[in-house]
Amino acid sequence: MATAVVVDHGERENYLNAGYGLKSWLLTRDHKRIALLYLLSITFFFFVGGFFALLIRLELLTPAGDLVQSDTYNKLFTMHGMSMIFFFLIPGVPAVLGNFLIPIMIGAKDLAFPRLNLLSWYLFIVGGLFMVYTIMAGGVDTGWTFYTPLSTEFAKTNVVTAALGVFIAGFASILTGLNFIVTIHRMRAPGMTWNRLPLFVWSHYATSIIQVLGTPVVAITIVLVALERLFHLGVFNPALGGDPLLFQHLFWFYSHPAVYIMILPGMGIVSEIVCCFSRKRIFGYKAMALAVLGIAVIGFLVWAHHMFVAGISLYAALIFSLLTYFVAVPSAVKVFNWTATMYKGSITYQTPMLYAFGFIGLFTIGGLTGLFLGSLGIDVHVTDTYFVVAHFHYVMVGGMVVAYLGGMHFWWPKITGRMYPESWGKLAALIVFIGFNLTFFPQFILGYMGMPRRYHAYPPEFQILNILSTAGATILAVGYLLPMVYFLWSLRYGEIAPANPWNAAGLEWQVPSPPPTSNFDETPVVTWEAYNYDELGEIPTKQEVPVAH
Amino acid sequence: MPFWPDSASTTAGQVDALYIFMVLVSAIMTVLIFATLIFFAIKFRKRRGKEAEQIEGSTVLEITWSVIPFAVFLAFFVWGAVIYFQERTPPQDATEVYTVAKQWMWKFEHASGQREINELHVPVGRDVKLIMTSQDVIHSFYVPAFRIKQDVLPGRYTTFWFHATKPGTYHLFCAEYCGTQHSGMIGWIVVMEPRDYEAWMTGGGGNQPLAVTGQQLFSQFGCITCHRSDTQGRGPNLVGVYNKPVLLEDGRTVNADDNYIRESILDPGAKIVRGFKPIMPTFQGQITDEQLNALVAYVKSLTQSQAGQTPKAAGMGTATP
Amino acid sequence: MHTSPAAVPQDANAHTNDHAHDNPALLHHFATEGQQKNAASLGMWLFLAQEVMFFGGMFCAYLVYRFKYFGDFGSASQQLDIRLGAINTAVLICSSLTVVLAVRAAQLGKRMALVGWLLLTIVLGLAFLGIKADEYAEKFEKHHVPGASFSYHELLPGQEKFPPADRQYANPHHAEMYFSLYFALTGMHALHMIIGVGLFSFLAFMAWRGKYGPGYFTPVENAGLYWHFVDIVWIYLFPLLYLIDRHR
Repeated sequence: MATAVVVDHGERENYLNAGYGLKSWLLTRDHKRIALLYLLSITFFFFVGGFFALLIRLELLTPAGDLVQSDTYNKLFTMHGMSMIFFFLIPGVPAVLGNFLIPIMIGAKDLAFPRLNLLSWYLFIVGGLFMVYTIMAGGVDTGWTFYTPLSTEFAKTNVVTAALGVFIAGFASILTGLNFIVTIHRMRAPGMTWNRLPLFVWSHYATSIIQVLGTPVVAITIVLVALERLFHLGVFNPALGGDPLLFQHLFWFYSHPAVYIMILPGMGIVSEIVCCFSRKRIFGYKAMALAVLGIAVIGFLVWAHHMFVAGISLYAALIFSLLTYFVAVPSAVKVFNWTATMYKGSITYQTPMLYAFGFIGLFTIGGLTGLFLGSLGIDVHVTDTYFVVAHFHYVMVGGMVVAYLGGMHFWWPKITGRMYPESWGKLAALIVFIGFNLTFFPQFILGYMGMPRRYHAYPPEFQILNILSTAGATILAVGYLLPMVYFLWSLRYGEIAPANPWNAAGLEWQVPSPPPTSNFDETPVVTWEAYNYDELGEIPTKQEVPVAH
Repeated sequence: MPFWPDSASTTAGQVDALYIFMVLVSAIMTVLIFATLIFFAIKFRKRRGKEAEQIEGSTVLEITWSVIPFAVFLAFFVWGAVIYFQERTPPQDATEVYTVAKQWMWKFEHASGQREINELHVPVGRDVKLIMTSQDVIHSFYVPAFRIKQDVLPGRYTTFWFHATKPGTYHLFCAEYCGTQHSGMIGWIVVMEPRDYEAWMTGGGGNQPLAVTGQQLFSQFGCITCHRSDTQGRGPNLVGVYNKPVLLEDGRTVNADDNYIRESILDPGAKIVRGFKPIMPTFQGQITDEQLNALVAYVKSLTQSQAGQTPKAAGMGTATP
Repeated sequence: MHTSPAAVPQDANAHTNDHAHDNPALLHHFATEGQQKNAASLGMWLFLAQEVMFFGGMFCAYLVYRFKYFGDFGSASQQLDIRLGAINTAVLICSSLTVVLAVRAAQLGKRMALVGWLLLTIVLGLAFLGIKADEYAEKFEKHHVPGASFSYHELLPGQEKFPPADRQYANPHHAEMYFSLYFALTGMHALHMIIGVGLFSFLAFMAWRGKYGPGYFTPVENAGLYWHFVDIVWIYLFPLLYLIDRHR
């Protein structure tokens, strides 16, 4: 019976109460505190980007461009994209959940380079400040893709400061990736072999490879754009002998793998959640680990599928289309494996599992529509239309953000020592699912009908679908606000969480909630396989939740 | 049909067929996966006394559900590639229209000299090829009813061809973000019955064919002093040069397509024809895109029969083995 | 239920590990010095991998335009002083040698030798930068710096053998492209050298304070790796920028 709660939670030393005051947070080397610093920062940018999105959807309620001026609208979608991609999605899960959990999951006291971790956060903040400055100084309107010569010669907005913000934040990303790779290679506890690593760790390993090898390319590209703009160089300007397609190749060489930086961590989260709430080991552990590595590697080979109508040669287009279909296979395999994991499981439907279901469904649709875009004949019609917008929002929002929310709910008790209110969690998940589909499904239809993207005003026959989409966006916004409210509420009034409220596998559940600063009193020695749910048994019901100490 | 674009070209039907095929396959996949998920979620929900059964995996299954989807994907690839190949190979005798995009309008010039802005009149049932360039940033020429789109780049030509099948008026959109009035850079493609089209063409009145304008510019800019139609010129004879292979100084052989002619005027040093000295001056900055188009049209119009003699001038070049 | 976590098993180096706890350089989150050293090494190699990608983007742009504007790039390249470039190459290679000798000195516990070699490395690095600055100044005087004041009127390679009336000049726009990439590449390289010089200054100071010895000289080794990388970048830059079309 859980009525006799003997909790003296506050007096046990944990990472949250080990030192108070601004300095203990701003100069921390504790990966868990750094994760929370990141949590605050990326949440800020999520709401900045979300605010811009709401304005965009409001404008698109009517065919005429009557809410804001054209220049303003162009800034809105540009800054929506930049905030969300560079300052929320790319850092997102790795910097928050990855930072917090990876050392504990592998049995280490911290990441390999704690000071570098803190430096990463400061770099992110500096990059973010450049972004905030850009917004306050009148914005930037090149599109998040910075295509030349528009961005280098013709744009009259704050391109250089935006580019610098992205550049600096990019280095935060590189250093985080570097930190994770070294940590996973060198800091595993005795017995924690590669084959026993949680798939969450495998996913972040693959993500980190992309971060380290891909980001520098966009970094130098952005430097060249800034130099070109400042000194009137001609590297990408045809009037001076430059080639705008060179920019596109260099840009997409990173920005395509970047989408895998965004989705792979989410896939790692889903693996953890599905196993826990089915009470089963993952179906096909080796295949799942190989799949994330395969996605990372092949993901570097497909970038010009963003350029099928850009003026590349016919033969290049054929090659990149074919390669694009290669990268789809491991993603499909993952969906099948998650589904197979539920077979003969013992499934319960707590909030994290609802988000996992949502991810699998929405990622399936998003991934399938990627196949459409990979097919040359279709892509010529739908590229640069709302079809693409719908596709990437399905994978990034329906996939990544949903996985992120699922992960936040799953590990909230570990991070904060509190349970979130379960009924509200389920309600918010449902609202997010409904709002999301209503927002973005109509956009597939709009795209095939021919509505181009980045359009401030549009022909009247597109209105009805735009209205549906905006209605969905307002519902989605409510779905996002709810967790903000109840997560904050739970910090004070939430049920105290035990070390392992889900009776889940994984070393992070063996340490108290919240964990002590050094994670483990003694370095664990791992003698069991990953996802040892055969040993762990059932998920506890409310009455069975172990009393917290 | 509501929520479906007009179909007005030969390509539209092909693209729609592939799209519907992919929608069906995707729908089946989605339904299968969703149904399985829901079925498992219900059948294998936690029940007292029933434990989860640990299953390692199955290599056979992994291979099966890798290979079969990949085979389906290959079908998507091949079908899409076939359509794309057709879209990227314009037929030989297509009617040509020169298109210049600029922030934020579309300028058209027909071979007959007819000019249009933001509206393009074309005949139904005939192959039409647009030869496009941009004066400033990258734009993209998009006609949903034809299911075709092509980026329009500064500094070079890109082409877009179609065969309209249904008279009517169809949306033209710029589909590459190009600045403030990107969503205002729209227009109409007006597909007309052949008779109406002829009437429209002659109705314009007093237009000089593009190639004739080009011929005048050819004199005006002094091209004719070096590019004579005999072997005496200091520059290669341009009669019949269009779309033929050209042997260059450095041993390469290139095709004298639209971009080659354009580049030769703007950056003559880039490709020197074998046997000639690199003395042609550049006209970069002295010539507008419209004048360039006229000159290119003129050079293309110089066929063997017009010259009245079999040209043996250097530069006609056969490909070296 | 599974077994609860056990204590760290003693390994073969347990004895030396006890001494390791006396080593102030061992950070608390590492179990052994060996682990810390391996982690630092791997970290530096990964950092260098991303540096390869970073410079790689610019090399890619250079290669594209080198082939597109073959003659013009040849002409522009001949505006560089090949002797200064060669001297700089020799300087950098020597500085890589001094770095290796510094690491050796650290390995052998020779504090003053270590400091000496580090200082010599710094001097050589500064010499490189000084020569580079001189080259940049010359480019500035000849108006070969891309931007508003750029101007270029030089022959294509091999044109001298033609009579003056027939000689072809390089396209100034394409020459400017060469110089844009020249300054971007060498400028980025110089920035990395400045960072390296700063790093070695810090290390020389720490070495003088006696922080490095046979038991711990990882920072010297890893900084050395970084410096070797910067050297290798230059070894690619020198032929690509200075030595093209010299045979004509």
